[in-house]
Amino acid sequence: MAVTSAAHVTAAPPERESLSDWLDRQAGRLFILPAVILILGFSIFPLIASAYLALSRFKLAPGGYTLTFIGWFNFKKMLTGSQQFHLLGTFGAITLLGWVIMLATVALVVWGVVRYVRSGRVTVVGSIGRLITIATALALSVLFAVNLGEGGQLGTIATTMFYVAGGVAVQFALGLGLALLCAKPIRGRSFFRVLFFVPLMVTPVGIAYTFRMLADTAVGPFAPLWHWLGYAQTSWSADAWTARFVVLIGDSWQWIPFIFIVLLAAIESQPRDEVEAAQLDGASGWQIFRDITWPSIAPVAATVVLIRAIEAFKIIDLPNVLTNGGPGIATESLTLHAFIEWRALNLGGSAAVAYILLFLSTIACVSFFNFVVKPMREARA
Amino acid sequence: MKIRSWLAGLAMAGVAAGAMPAVAAEFDGVTVNILTQTGPAISGPMQARAPEFEKLSGAKINVITVPFSDIYQKLLTDWSTGTNSIDAAVFAPQWMVDYAGSGFLEDLTPRMEGDQALEQDDIAPFFREFSQKYAGKTYMMTFDGDFHMIFYRTDILEELGKQPPKTWEDYLDIAAAAHGKDMNGDGQPDFGSCIGKKRNAQGYWFLTSVAGGYIQAKGTSEGAFFNTEDMTPLIDNAGFRKALEVYKKTSEYGPPDELNLDVADTRVMFVAGRCALSMDWGDIGSMSVDPSMSKVTGKVGATILPGSKEVIDRATGEFVACDADTCPHAIDGPNHAPFAAFGGWGGGINANADPKVKDAAYAFFSYLSQPAQSNQDVTKGETGFNPYRMSQLEDVATWEKMGMGKENAESYLGAIKTSLNSPNMILDLRIPQNQRYQQVVLDTAVARYLAGELDVDATVEAVVEGWNEINEELGVDEQLEAYKATIGAE
Repeated sequence: MAVTSAAHVTAAPPERESLSDWLDRQAGRLFILPAVILILGFSIFPLIASAYLALSRFKLAPGGYTLTFIGWFNFKKMLTGSQQFHLLGTFGAITLLGWVIMLATVALVVWGVVRYVRSGRVTVVGSIGRLITIATALALSVLFAVNLGEGGQLGTIATTMFYVAGGVAVQFALGLGLALLCAKPIRGRSFFRVLFFVPLMVTPVGIAYTFRMLADTAVGPFAPLWHWLGYAQTSWSADAWTARFVVLIGDSWQWIPFIFIVLLAAIESQPRDEVEAAQLDGASGWQIFRDITWPSIAPVAATVVLIRAIEAFKIIDLPNVLTNGGPGIATESLTLHAFIEWRALNLGGSAAVAYILLFLSTIACVSFFNFVVKPMREARA
Repeated sequence: MKIRSWLAGLAMAGVAAGAMPAVAAEFDGVTVNILTQTGPAISGPMQARAPEFEKLSGAKINVITVPFSDIYQKLLTDWSTGTNSIDAAVFAPQWMVDYAGSGFLEDLTPRMEGDQALEQDDIAPFFREFSQKYAGKTYMMTFDGDFHMIFYRTDILEELGKQPPKTWEDYLDIAAAAHGKDMNGDGQPDFGSCIGKKRNAQGYWFLTSVAGGYIQAKGTSEGAFFNTEDMTPLIDNAGFRKALEVYKKTSEYGPPDELNLDVADTRVMFVAGRCALSMDWGDIGSMSVDPSMSKVTGKVGATILPGSKEVIDRATGEFVACDADTCPHAIDGPNHAPFAAFGGWGGGINANADPKVKDAAYAFFSYLSQPAQSNQDVTKGETGFNPYRMSQLEDVATWEKMGMGKENAESYLGAIKTSLNSPNMILDLRIPQNQRYQQVVLDTAVARYLAGELDVDATVEAVVEGWNEINEELGVDEQLEAYKATIGAE
């Protein structure tokens, strides 16, 4: 009988545990301890220290420096004070484009909420998470609407979001296209695979300097073409949007290979028998892609977009080397913004920008994971 | 003191002789880590001189290079955290206030006073008495004479029948007349004016050079950045507004990508014959005689920064005409205020370095600055070093030998001398955290103005608000005291 057995066990005198038994029992914790110490030392502690820095004012003093606690001053300055134009941009009167952006966002939010409620899986944690996502999405749409309005200018948040959304979209589309091409049995396939992969092997700063040389319309390799087209007296670097697009093109040049190589692997690992069966049944290339290839690679595609987005939030090399953030502040990303403040010894302001970037990228990436990557994986499973 | 005897010996031997084995052993086994900017300029001549210095002294000089924009922070991080992996550095004298004020820099006064080989009296008084010093003590040794001036194409001005610009109106007039002409024979239209206006580069210094003649008229101690009574920024006035307009107007005669060009780009363009005028430090002078890069050898003149025939009244902020009272230092009418932008590269030593390493670092700096070395280095364009010794400014023959031509050499050295001797020289901002005032607030506002994001009034407002905010953060009284001390105001 179970109760009797339990009583018997309880009544037995405790045996002295040997060291080896103790080590066996603690092995899991002991093995994970170095990693925990490393993470605490190199990730968590700096995060806490920089949080304090974001709430402080750094000042040099004889023999070293002083840190004075100033509360939310650094954040206030950027969100509502003299540096608002830098972080949030200049607000203009909302135009038709702005209304379209806001209405599209509201429509997307309403659709998401309705789907969530109808799913029958409403939880407290899920609702809080969705509220944070909705608030961020609406705030960003309003920010874009006023920044793109008449007399408005993009700040570093909107510029960074442009690099993330625009850059990742372009890179994904081209990376997928190249991967589909290279998955075909065409001549020189291996050569093209290596060729497309090369930019990823170069350091970001190297890419930035190479691209700067390529984009030089005065003495670069494309200068004769530029002049022939009649643009000798025009420079991409003098206009805010062309400068942003040149940064985006440079970033894409560097990162398309990453998406290409991952998606190529995913495409090549899709079930061949399904594709061959579809071909035998006379399915078109588009039908095969839509019904077989895409469902097969969707989880990988969503993951690669997520990884790329996390990286894109931190873009600094290209705008720093190509334009130094100019013209004006047109191409300045959040990371470059933080770097410029740090370089001028405004460590508190720099840490505050870095924290805003951390919140923004975390919310965006966690939301993307929960609402895109996870459902795709579940659908595939 | 060993170092003094070593230096005296070095001088007696004529430095380059190098046959001093007993003395050379002085620094055997000593390694000095010196941080400066990525080459070829500045770090190049240091790296070139290091092996010959090692042969002479035994000390190994390890030149560590980082991009210019990272030097300030790298040094602060290394020295303020006590890491002290950097024994010495060659950097901007503007930053001395942050380093010396915090006790990171060695006081070089006694060493330099006892250093006969250095020939300190030969160093131009501006660098010797101001650029190298903080609070009356010498913390840096100058290797480079830096202030802005105007370079022009003598052949183009002659062709146009124009004289070198005396005012900014003259500058714009020449730029407009020359713009679009083919100035280097390649069949392509060239530019009237080339000024590096890239953001996060040197643009804010060039704007200050334009504003100087409108704002400061009564001598260096009057100041051109802040009112010395209450630390009010000297921005919200007719002079600064006019400077913004002139600065933007020069872009009409510049390359289409001028907003993305820094000074390294415009120099190359000028010596390639693509510009009629340029505002720069002295580098164009030495680059113009370098046959490997110059198409304008013998065609380059230089002059003091243009001035203005009206200056602001400090009480009202409005313009008043120049006369003996309002512009006591005017030259032939206009008020000129040459701007010692940056102030010239100089070497400073980490106060917490090992004493032997400090001695070796000082010996290397002295070696670099001694006439035997520096007289050669300042005539080479790639070194980034410009004349800063009086003897270098008199030495027309050397420049003639380099191919500059007597008239052009006299013009170049004359422009330097006129600027250096001006009692109305504007000293660069040297108050604590000057980087934030200039490289963040001023630079961002100017970049936004040039890009069309802000108009003149909004630019003025942005700079005033930003500077006042930093003053409040760091303490108005402390900043005012530091500002007055640096410019010698009462």
